[in-house]
Amino acid sequence: MTVIDTISQFLPLLLSGAWATLYVTSLATVLALGLGLVLELLNGSSLAPVRWMVRTYVEIMRGTPVLIVLFMLYYGGPSIGLVVDPVPAGILGLGIYGAAYFAEIFRAGFQSIPRGQIEAGEMLGLSRTSIVLRIKIPQMLRLIIPALFGQIVMMFKESALLSIITVSELTKVATQIVNETSSIIEPYIAVTVIYWVIIEAVARCGLFLERRFSHGA
Amino acid sequence: MEFLHIAWAYKEMLLVGAATTAVISGASILLGMPLGLAFAFGLVSHNRPIRLFCAVYRSFWRGTPLLVQILLVFYLLPSIGLDLSPVTAAVLALILNTSAFQAEIFRGGLSAVPKGQVEAAQMLGIAPITIRRRIVIPQLLRLVTPAITNEFISILKNSSIISVISVTELLRTGQQIVSATYRPLEVYGLIAIIYIVMNLVIAQLGRRAEARLARGARA
Repeated sequence: MTVIDTISQFLPLLLSGAWATLYVTSLATVLALGLGLVLELLNGSSLAPVRWMVRTYVEIMRGTPVLIVLFMLYYGGPSIGLVVDPVPAGILGLGIYGAAYFAEIFRAGFQSIPRGQIEAGEMLGLSRTSIVLRIKIPQMLRLIIPALFGQIVMMFKESALLSIITVSELTKVATQIVNETSSIIEPYIAVTVIYWVIIEAVARCGLFLERRFSHGA
Repeated sequence: MEFLHIAWAYKEMLLVGAATTAVISGASILLGMPLGLAFAFGLVSHNRPIRLFCAVYRSFWRGTPLLVQILLVFYLLPSIGLDLSPVTAAVLALILNTSAFQAEIFRGGLSAVPKGQVEAAQMLGIAPITIRRRIVIPQLLRLVTPAITNEFISILKNSSIISVISVTELLRTGQQIVSATYRPLEVYGLIAIIYIVMNLVIAQLGRRAEARLARGARA
């Protein structure tokens, strides 16, 4: 059986896998972006213990394999009475893991905004919220687009690991097809190509936005 | 306290698992380095087909999940008659993966080596291979040390994925201990701490290497 045969025979299954990959990764990315921004804003807190906690969280996540975070949520959850289904556990795991990376990206972005602009905003009597919302975030977003999309690509690649905690995304679908047919290689080649297309598309999106936003600078 | 109890009871297994993880990721980084360097030179080559081939190679290994790459290498090679043990297949997949990431790192470093130096060397009639070996590569290694350290950390973490093709590295050791103790939170927490400690050591070694190489730059 060739790769083309595999794709045409199992097209609905492959599409549902691709959809699941897009779905879980998008939700996890939204969660990670939100949580990452919160972490970074807390990191700017004047309370040392808060900053210390944020640093610790970021360092722990960045030093641990994402697979362990997934295992702790999925297999470790029940032992403290927290039973999570594979899909929410996967989204949560990817999300809290990615948040540490996004927080670092936001930190680098905020640091690159000239202090003088923030001081000028303060002099003009802008509130702290509007300084963050109107001065810091719009400029930071432009600067961090490449890093942001690099991390989103990472999230897509990491989502393959959800197959290990039995989420029926692309990689899991490939394993399923392997079990149903006698072919081993073709299903994996097929999903590899699908991943490659999705990830190239995400990366291209990043390049497009990067070029687009550089006009405003 | 269950935590320390488990650590003590399974100390030998944990040490072997951690050592396996360290050796596999260290070997992958080192063996991937010459390959990454070759691809970096390929990416800036004047020869179009070579450039294109290297770009596709980089795009593939950086643009697909490592888990899928490992499964592909593990199942693909036997089907073309190469029978590999899981460990060999795992190391091979990690080498091919890291070489693409290292190629990108080295390519970035290449553009930071001043062009004038290469031109001066060419004027002096130094052979192209000698220019690379004696002028470009030594400076390149200095420039890329921080990025290579990060790549080492990410390979060490990603090497946990080879547990799926039943290589008994650190994470799989953890799974074995979990099935004996039914204590997933404590065991995986313990495994996470071991990974974090190993990564802190790598980060420290990276900083030392950077400081050492910087001394050479001033001399």
